[in-house]
Amino acid sequence: MASHPATFSTSTPEEPRFDVYSAIEGEQTIGEVPAEAVMEADGLNVFYGDFHAVHDVNLQFGKNEITAMIGPSGCGKSTVLRCLNRMNDLVAGARVEGSVLYHGQNIYEKKVDPIAVRTHIGMVFQKPNPFPKSIYDNIAYGPRVTGMKVDSMDDLVEEALRGAALWDEVKDKLKQSAYGLSGGQQQRLCIARTIATKPDVILMDEPCSALDPIATSKIEDLMMQLRDEYTIIVVTHNMQQAARVSDRTAFFTAKPDETTGNRTGLLVEFDRTKQLFSNPFDKRTEDYISGRFG
Amino acid sequence: MSVAASTASEVTLATIASGRTRDRDIKSLLFLGALWFSLFFGIMVLLALIIDTAIAGAPRLDGNLFTRFESTLFPERTGFKAGIVGSLWLMATTALLAIPLGIAAALHLEEFADGTRWYNKLIEVNLQNLAAVPSIIYGMLAGAIMSFLGFAFGGIVIGGAIALALLILPVVIITTREAVRAVPQDIRQASLALGATPWQTTWRQTLPSAVPGIATGTILGLSRAIGEAAPLILVGIATVRFLPTGLDSKVTALPIQIFNLSSNSQEAFQTAASAAIIVLLVMVLAMNAVAIIIRNKFQKSW
Repeated sequence: MASHPATFSTSTPEEPRFDVYSAIEGEQTIGEVPAEAVMEADGLNVFYGDFHAVHDVNLQFGKNEITAMIGPSGCGKSTVLRCLNRMNDLVAGARVEGSVLYHGQNIYEKKVDPIAVRTHIGMVFQKPNPFPKSIYDNIAYGPRVTGMKVDSMDDLVEEALRGAALWDEVKDKLKQSAYGLSGGQQQRLCIARTIATKPDVILMDEPCSALDPIATSKIEDLMMQLRDEYTIIVVTHNMQQAARVSDRTAFFTAKPDETTGNRTGLLVEFDRTKQLFSNPFDKRTEDYISGRFG
Repeated sequence: MSVAASTASEVTLATIASGRTRDRDIKSLLFLGALWFSLFFGIMVLLALIIDTAIAGAPRLDGNLFTRFESTLFPERTGFKAGIVGSLWLMATTALLAIPLGIAAALHLEEFADGTRWYNKLIEVNLQNLAAVPSIIYGMLAGAIMSFLGFAFGGIVIGGAIALALLILPVVIITTREAVRAVPQDIRQASLALGATPWQTTWRQTLPSAVPGIATGTILGLSRAIGEAAPLILVGIATVRFLPTGLDSKVTALPIQIFNLSSNSQEAFQTAASAAIIVLLVMVLAMNAVAIIIRNKFQKSW
């Protein structure tokens, strides 16, 4: 523990850390942070009406890295993800405090257009959600609505589908409905659709939870390929997946409010994935990754 | 294993062979009988009405019905040309008024309005109530609108269409909202996450996906409007013996002609009215059939 790099924590090693719910507000272990951060959550708090959903998250997302966010249900990891491209704006009553920096610019500043934010920071959802259109039109939709200058839409569609390792499977049926594809193919189509708009960051919200193991491994391979060009932030329920694909991992947990019982999510530990999984600093992290909790 | 299996099969056999099931006790049978009677009664009354009308109107289901105008001198040859064509004019105009307005209102309420605001809640409640308002009230309202617009006489195409459009607007709005609400949130989120504006998302994703539901609801609304006489009478529409030439020309409608003729004591007029009712029923059923075809053909499974 003493050799653990760059940590700050309000807890002391002597304190018993057995109860996972005994989290003290503000207690976060930040390990090795990325050298070059594309995005940064700074004192991020999220509220839904009066409900405090996420408490004080500080994270840095490294360029061309895959950052995984793990934790039990209701720990706020998806909420944090949705704050990163302002998809939370769409939830009635959602309120964000603190800042989310994208290349140093706070995307929650008044002058920032959430539509523009989303063209830079794309998103892939839990359930494959292709549009009820042809495969081709699914890919072309993003560039069309954002008014992207495109020399040849055909080339762009091919490039995006190749980028998502789907081209060979669909090149003969581009005009067919995307609903004819399998679940895994649909999810890769959604990834292709996202990269067609040339984003900088791709957010993935449990992208494999609706898929079988073979489709999952294809998506994971794809994520590792995409890392060379994009910064990827992935929320996952699957710890093995986080350990397999990610460079850094953030572990969240949920703390119930003593009076209302509402669970507020908070960040427990953030570090290199290898470090976090092999030698977690926080007892709660250790319990979670060793399967004793969650 | 075999012991357990044989026991289970005996138990099952005993249960089946007991001859007593609660499905066939006297209370269930009585209830089933009541259900059948209700169904039978409803259908029989409707069938009796239709058959009675058909028999009464059969002698007059001829070409004159469609090609001649109303005639008080020759009751055997009186026709409903003005009413049939007038009703079609009214339907087309009503559709042009009610559909864009209804869809726009529904999209605003469903996709853009903040449902937590008190005025939006007020609109919500009122929409439900408006759908239940008697049609005659809409006739009065349309009359007022016509005089407000500066028309001395409301019994013209646009006057009748305003009355009918007001009548079906709540229905169009409610069914459109339901169709829009049935479009999965996933689709909207996917579109927004790609950098589309809320308007682009509505126009390119939500609305096209909702079209079958909207079309069905709108046609059902129109088929209600085509049978209405009361609001048209209130607005000033009476019987005429010519075809409309524009939105500002006088017009009549099939239900109005039927109403006028059926209050006439001559037997031949009654027969003609019965024949016209059959024509009206066929028009309504045809519109409903189109609605069902659209719904079945374009129905989406998400």
